[in-house]
Amino acid sequence: MVKLNVNGKTVDVNADADVPLLWVLREQLGLTGTKYGCGIAQCGACSVHIDGEVQRSCSIPIASLKNTDKIVTIEGLSAKGDHPVQKAWLALDVPQCGYCQSGQIMAAAALLQTTPKPTDADIDAAMTNVCRCGTYQRIRAAVHHAAASNGNQG
Amino acid sequence: MRFVKTATNVSRRRFLISTAAAGGGLALGLYAAWPKNALAETPLAADGSEVGAWVFIRPNDDVVIRIARSEMGQGTLTGLAQLVAEELECDWRKVKAEYPTPGQNLARKRIWGDMSTGGSRGIRGSQEYVRKGGAAAREMLIQAAANEWKVPAAECKAESSVITHLPSGRTTTFGKVAGAAGRLEPPTDIKLKEPRDWKIIGKPLLRLDTADKITGKQVYAIDVKLPGMLNASIMDAPVFGAKVKSYDEAKAKAMPGVRYVVKVGETAVAVVADSWWQANQALKELNIAWEEGPNNKVSSDSVHAHLQDGLDAKDGTFIGNKTGDAPQAIAGAAKTLEAVYFAPFENHFTMEPMNCTALVTADRCEVWGATQNGEGGLAAAAEAAGLSPTQCEFHKLHLGGGFGRRGRQDYTTKAVLIAKQIPGIPIKLIWSREEDMRQCTYRPVGLCKLRAGLDEQGNLVGLQMRVAAPSILASAAPNRLDKDGRDSAAFQGLNPSGGEGRLGYGIPNLLIEHAIRNTHVPVGFWRGVNTNQNAIWLESFIDEIAHAAGKDPLEFRRKLLVNSPKHLAVLNAVADRIAWGTPPPPGLHRGIAQFMGYGSYCAGAAEVAVNEGGKLKVHRLVIAIDSGYAVNPQQVAMQTEGSVAFGLGAMLYQECTVKDGRMVQENLDSYPMMLMEDFPIVEAIVMPSGDFWGGVGEPTISVAAPAVLNAVFAATGKRVRSLPLKNTKLT
Repeated sequence: MVKLNVNGKTVDVNADADVPLLWVLREQLGLTGTKYGCGIAQCGACSVHIDGEVQRSCSIPIASLKNTDKIVTIEGLSAKGDHPVQKAWLALDVPQCGYCQSGQIMAAAALLQTTPKPTDADIDAAMTNVCRCGTYQRIRAAVHHAAASNGNQG
Repeated sequence: MRFVKTATNVSRRRFLISTAAAGGGLALGLYAAWPKNALAETPLAADGSEVGAWVFIRPNDDVVIRIARSEMGQGTLTGLAQLVAEELECDWRKVKAEYPTPGQNLARKRIWGDMSTGGSRGIRGSQEYVRKGGAAAREMLIQAAANEWKVPAAECKAESSVITHLPSGRTTTFGKVAGAAGRLEPPTDIKLKEPRDWKIIGKPLLRLDTADKITGKQVYAIDVKLPGMLNASIMDAPVFGAKVKSYDEAKAKAMPGVRYVVKVGETAVAVVADSWWQANQALKELNIAWEEGPNNKVSSDSVHAHLQDGLDAKDGTFIGNKTGDAPQAIAGAAKTLEAVYFAPFENHFTMEPMNCTALVTADRCEVWGATQNGEGGLAAAAEAAGLSPTQCEFHKLHLGGGFGRRGRQDYTTKAVLIAKQIPGIPIKLIWSREEDMRQCTYRPVGLCKLRAGLDEQGNLVGLQMRVAAPSILASAAPNRLDKDGRDSAAFQGLNPSGGEGRLGYGIPNLLIEHAIRNTHVPVGFWRGVNTNQNAIWLESFIDEIAHAAGKDPLEFRRKLLVNSPKHLAVLNAVADRIAWGTPPPPGLHRGIAQFMGYGSYCAGAAEVAVNEGGKLKVHRLVIAIDSGYAVNPQQVAMQTEGSVAFGLGAMLYQECTVKDGRMVQENLDSYPMMLMEDFPIVEAIVMPSGDFWGGVGEPTISVAAPAVLNAVFAATGKRVRSLPLKNTKLT
């Protein structure tokens, strides 16, 4: 039994040490917003926050996590889907199939945490998640939109 | 159109769906096929009425529009809802959507028509009957109100879900009369609105399905969870056509969580475990041996030689377009040129790997899946289960990408074949990404030889184009081959006539042929299908001809398009936007291309830079599309943008190669995608000219790659003829 801190709650997880966080989130905790894409930490569909940093959960064995590590998934990013990044995604109609967008949103939220006013180069460097539908242009615009709305809120 | 009047509770609860299990409210959007319990039909409260097949209205005036096609990101769901809502005269803010199931469609004599979603047909293939469905429902609602008021229906009008009796000013709402309306006989004589009167069609409305996609609540097929469900991972023969010889299940069975090891047909083995991770780990310990047969000798080189044979063949080719005598004209030309182009196999790489959940009992089979063809999925499930389709149901869920891959039902078949061996227990089969990449229906590899002849003035007097490639139809839909074996789909965009994909150029002597050279690799429909390669080959070579003739590539094309005004219009639009003929920004170089596919006219213009190290940067792409009507211009623009990532990603980086009969690339480490940093600025020019219905999801993909390739030539003087481009040094 392992204790994890997920979306602000401590949860008991019964899984082998080598099981990646992704599958614990999806299969044991029912948090299916975090997606399986490649399994080798390249596509980013499985992105979550661990202590505020964006991480690819498909390649993090749960044994490497402490119960003090604060894990946040897309379901825990905001209470009502109203994180500035989510609002920007909604306003600009970003998603197409949507499968990668949980990961994109988590990556964008982490970027804005460290870099509140990212340049295009910052976005290029931070947003390395794959979108097969090709929503990159709208993602870029939405990151800027979210950054601007953050500024407006002071 | 005839509507089934009886919107009975039975039919209703069959496909309507408690959303509670999906993890929360589906506030904005979609009622996914999601029963609380697999076999228990969950009757919802009697909370509304069907008014004709396409519309269901709740007492609170919510309008639920039935969507027969599949939403895989292309926006069809929103566009189809707009078409129905336009005629229905309902309040768009109260529109929701749901998928009827293929089983319901079967039971109701295909009342929702074709459920397949491919070939960019979702909107254009159903626009007329769904608009009629909306109009019929409107007339029934008006009639119900008129009956209640005892006034002539002609004195009543519907607008924004409110019905008004014009002489008296009395009003009621759709929700109040829907019950009575649903019991009326639908009208048979339906007149549709004129396009000039449209208020919802043609508007850049936001999608209906976004809210749940930004909170993680959207349920994709891979997210299905049923009581008692087990999870499966599968390994199919990596050499296509091979069979399972033996495997060692003892070690796998001893691993944590593993419940079953099952053979799946003759070609695959699956492990079923409590969790998918456990199943997939155990799968790696099966040590499967294969009877590979002669296919294990196939390599990319042997495929290439096979295609080369097709280029050189004296006969046995199929003709796609022929005018005059091209070989003779070229033989007598003042100047001739010849080039051979190559494009590799490609994988769809949908972000959501293939998966399907199945529950089979002695007399019933239910599956939950993401498919581009609900009825095909139902048929595949029935066949695999050995049951009648009437004993089966396919619950359609959102697709995490389709791009043609999910038009094939192999993953549904496999899931049912596994679940059949474990009756009564729902089994979710997920293909690992590696399995997904090994078991695709690949975009066909191909070689193309082109020859041209110019007269003394640099006019094109003859053009020959010979494609040697596997036939998609022969592999994926042999019943659609012509009687003589010709694959008409091979000539997308190159046809002499017709509204689907006509070659715009007027060339006095022309010969376009297809030498079918099939391999053991299954090929299939990949976003844009053969327009991808055909446009790269033709539009690169037209550029070569223009340069050989000493003419500007735009002016050369314009002259050849004088009798093709719609082709010419999109070409002119991108040329104007990118200011063709003026000097590009410092360091940038331009290329241009045009092509027609899926009933729509497209053109692209690119600006690229190539640095001293030979690194290419695509800065900007301007792409124009004339799809006749644009039901939602914002969605058309989004499809245009997205197609760039799909088409350019393949052209720049991606190739599936063959070694020892199997596909070499199994994941992103060897099959990279276009990422944010490489994505250019894309300017979509949506320019619907009216009076026809062209497709949107695929056509623009064709022009992105050749526009960039032509710009690369402008930048470097190098003509890249073998793809992907990464294999060519640009220094």
